[in-house]
Amino acid sequence: MEFLKKNPKIFQWLFLLIIFFSLCFAIEVPETYKFIRGQAEFIKDPNQSTFVFAGKEVRYYAFDVFWRLPPLLGWLPIWINDSLFFLMNDWMPMEFWNEDTQEFKTRPLLLQISRNLTGFMTFIIELIREILLGGLETIVAFTSWDFIDANPWAELPGLPWTIVAAGATILSYKLSGKGLAIFAGLTMVYISIFGQWKPSMQTLSFILVAAPLSFIFGLGLGISAFKSKRVEKALYPILLVMQTMPQYAVLVPALVLFGVGDHAAVIITMIVAIPPMILLTLLGLRAIPPEVIEAGRMSGCNNWQLMFKVLIPTARRDILIGVNQVIMVCFSMAVISAFIGAKGLGFNLLLALNQLNIGLALEAGLCISLIAILLDKMSLAWANKQTDYFGNLSFFERNKNTIFFIGAFVIGIILAYVGTFLFKGTFNYLFEIPHNKGISTADFWNKGVDWIFDTFFVYIKAFNTWLIQEVLQPMRALYLRMPAVATIVLVVGAGYLIGGIRSALVVCGLTLFIALSPWWDRALVTTYMATFGVIISCLIGFTVGTLCFQSKSAAKFMLGVCDIFQTFPSFVYLIPVMMLFGITDTSVLIAVIVYATIPATRYTIEGLRSVPVGLHEAATMSGVNKFQRLTKIEFPLAFPHMMLGLNQTIVFALFMVIIGAFIGTEDLGQYILKALSDKNGAGIGLTLGICVAFIGLIFDNLIRTWVGKRKKHLGIA
Amino acid sequence: MSDAVIKCESVYKIFGENAEKMLQDANGNVDAKTFQENGCIVGVNNASFEVAKGEMLVVMGLSGSGKSTLLRCISRLTDATGGKIFIEGQDLLELNNKELIDLRRNKMGMVFQSFALLPHKTVVENIAFPLQIKGINTDDSISKAMDMVKLVGLDGRENYFPRELSGGQQQRVGIARSLAVEPDIWFLDEPFSALDPLIRKEMQDEFLRLQDKLQKTIMFITHDFDEALKLADRIAIMKDGIIEQLDTPAKIVLNPATEYVRKFTEEVPREKVLLIEDVMDQSTSDNLGDLRVSKDEIIENVAEKILTQEKTVGVIDSNNKIIGSINPTKIINTVFGGRKNGN
Repeated sequence: MEFLKKNPKIFQWLFLLIIFFSLCFAIEVPETYKFIRGQAEFIKDPNQSTFVFAGKEVRYYAFDVFWRLPPLLGWLPIWINDSLFFLMNDWMPMEFWNEDTQEFKTRPLLLQISRNLTGFMTFIIELIREILLGGLETIVAFTSWDFIDANPWAELPGLPWTIVAAGATILSYKLSGKGLAIFAGLTMVYISIFGQWKPSMQTLSFILVAAPLSFIFGLGLGISAFKSKRVEKALYPILLVMQTMPQYAVLVPALVLFGVGDHAAVIITMIVAIPPMILLTLLGLRAIPPEVIEAGRMSGCNNWQLMFKVLIPTARRDILIGVNQVIMVCFSMAVISAFIGAKGLGFNLLLALNQLNIGLALEAGLCISLIAILLDKMSLAWANKQTDYFGNLSFFERNKNTIFFIGAFVIGIILAYVGTFLFKGTFNYLFEIPHNKGISTADFWNKGVDWIFDTFFVYIKAFNTWLIQEVLQPMRALYLRMPAVATIVLVVGAGYLIGGIRSALVVCGLTLFIALSPWWDRALVTTYMATFGVIISCLIGFTVGTLCFQSKSAAKFMLGVCDIFQTFPSFVYLIPVMMLFGITDTSVLIAVIVYATIPATRYTIEGLRSVPVGLHEAATMSGVNKFQRLTKIEFPLAFPHMMLGLNQTIVFALFMVIIGAFIGTEDLGQYILKALSDKNGAGIGLTLGICVAFIGLIFDNLIRTWVGKRKKHLGIA
Repeated sequence: MSDAVIKCESVYKIFGENAEKMLQDANGNVDAKTFQENGCIVGVNNASFEVAKGEMLVVMGLSGSGKSTLLRCISRLTDATGGKIFIEGQDLLELNNKELIDLRRNKMGMVFQSFALLPHKTVVENIAFPLQIKGINTDDSISKAMDMVKLVGLDGRENYFPRELSGGQQQRVGIARSLAVEPDIWFLDEPFSALDPLIRKEMQDEFLRLQDKLQKTIMFITHDFDEALKLADRIAIMKDGIIEQLDTPAKIVLNPATEYVRKFTEEVPREKVLLIEDVMDQSTSDNLGDLRVSKDEIIENVAEKILTQEKTVGVIDSNNKIIGSINPTKIINTVFGGRKNGN
């Protein structure tokens, strides 16, 4: 009792847990309850209850209100869907001039806007794509097909791969130096000789369109948020939700608004890539010392000059880190967008995975990973590069990179021309290596996978069965056994104990949204998978992080590894696990664990590192040994930062669980995947995405509030 | 005074919501405590003073005393909550944005504690920045900036970036930048506080040299009383937003107005601050020795001469007219006497 009196918080937590468990035991499982596997919304089961709200009929399996709340928000996805359809097809019909038919045509306003927008996007993507790969479309856009027929020479020739490779190498050299240049060169050669050139360039052209546009919009919105509190307040909740929203889910509404293809993918990618740009722009502008701003003002800058001559150049590094983020998000979206028909590497990967051709998938995946690392390193090098004074250099030294590139350009063209003679009657390998004519190691890998399966199948299967039967199934059953009311009490109580009434209300709102949606059971399964992944990830991450921290070089190495792994689009992680564990929940969970261990490790090392040197020295002088220093000094101080790592781990785990639906899990992700192929899926997809985002935000809110308080308490805020 | 370049009349700066309304209600009687209870912080409390052309006013105070806030009100980096500020007779608070920018582009220069250089520009580009902002073309602005580089003794480093310079050198750039547009009014906000003591002394001497040459109207902020004594024509001592005393260094040392000011003056080496004029006897006895000293000499410089005299020394003004006298005892009293913890 003495102990409890001293720690009233522990008493409160115990009390909360007691209430939770007594609720769990008090509320019986209804006899009719079963986990709904199919899509209950679409079958007319006589056992279902219905209600009508806002003109929409919602069908659901009714249970005791304490057990599962009725899906009072069930009308929301239908309503969103109908609204979208109404906006696109019936709202504000207007007369538009049609070039082709030479007459006015009535079309809804939004549809017209959407068509114009997509037309515009398609044009830019085609343009860049044809600069890289060659083609007719751009010229057709300015002339007509008849013109092409009459003038067979009118075609964009495309760049030989040698020129693009040389360009990438020279740019890498300029940004970072020899190391990156060699890496860039090798990557390009690899892509080319393994026949991935065309899809790679398609993906690249996608990024070359999406990233600059996202940058411009993100920077603009970031600046306006910096200037006006009101804009910031309006943007804040959107930024928050977008950070925890699975990228997957955003794709669904894009289908309705913009259709299928690259243009839709680019627009939706912008929506995902703009928030991090806004955040980093804000961060950078906020970090400018006020005296620099005052110096600008006292120099007589007007607002425009202040922004573009003082603020933005001073915040250059943070803004370029934002560009790095934008590029990485664009790249990972470029891969995932394969689901809505974007061409490129992602499409090949998806195709290979669908055919269970692990070898091909591995090659595409490796290609994706290499490009991801290259883009990441290049943009980071750009951010960290400091301008040097070049006034006293000679013309050659100042422009040597340009000169080299022009040289490479000419040589590349000559080589390609020579190639036309060398490779008569076959493909010109010096110009462009077609997709399936490169070297392929797919067979090798496929055989490898077969061998692994033949050799280790027994063990893998045994492990798989054990994991599923002994650990996963019981855990899943436990999660599903929680009555909705008990869960809400637990979450809201935790919110109240951690952050007071404000936090409790926020968390309550988020939880209620999910509880009142038709997918509470699915959300529980998602949470269970994420929880499982997070627990294992944290165990691994905290241990590995702590161990690596003991040596400076190990810590540096580990952070480097984390950097590299983090650049891979999440989708890539599915390849090796499918290779080893086939199509099971285990595969997904292992992918989750691998992916989510990255932030856990990173934040552990960073947290331990951030302990001030002075404290270290003070502790050493008090005569602590290494273990005491770790437990008494470093852990308590690093713990808040490690908890932020936990927060990231949860977000990462949720993302991967959702993507794991591709392999076949029975959670929210499965429905998102279904919604992707459903004409009426937009509302469902969006609502599901919001549900996932809210799960993330519940933890986010709790952890952040706790960390904020703890940091204040420790005086390290 | 018609030649007052800067003139403040009951300037107030109060931070917080409803600051203006509370100031009106207070009716000129602002009490920091009452304001704080209502969520407002008083930065500057009823500051009135004038700075004449070519004069250097040093505002001295500890951190949080409102000295920097006062400076920012006068440069209008923040808007004063109440009162009037005149720059060369123009009402500063009435200026619109464009007029304010014009004023800053042509009449004001400011130096900052943390240097506030633009990291992406070289030394000479930083100095040319205010000129380019004004619309002067690149070549002219760079050549003008090069003159400034020479003025502050940074020749040879004009193409360095700020990150490649030491603190003292960076502040030289800051000074050169603030002078590039040849302003009449020069604001310096703790320009030497971030520097090492040795560099600080060097920069103070350099600053005095520049001021000797340029004769700007200066407001100089510092928290260092010795620095204030060394540089100032007049010193304003601030505490909690109120100007406790505004006077010449000698008068502050001799007659501190409040207990707070007295604490600062206690440790001051008077012989370095006071002039003969400040301590001499007005009466001129007939029994003077042969030595004559000027009334404008600092005591330290002539103390040895006077102390070796047996007779009273005559004090002369600039026309060599005897206007007073001083005897060795007086010097000894001034230097060693009258201090609480003296000897």
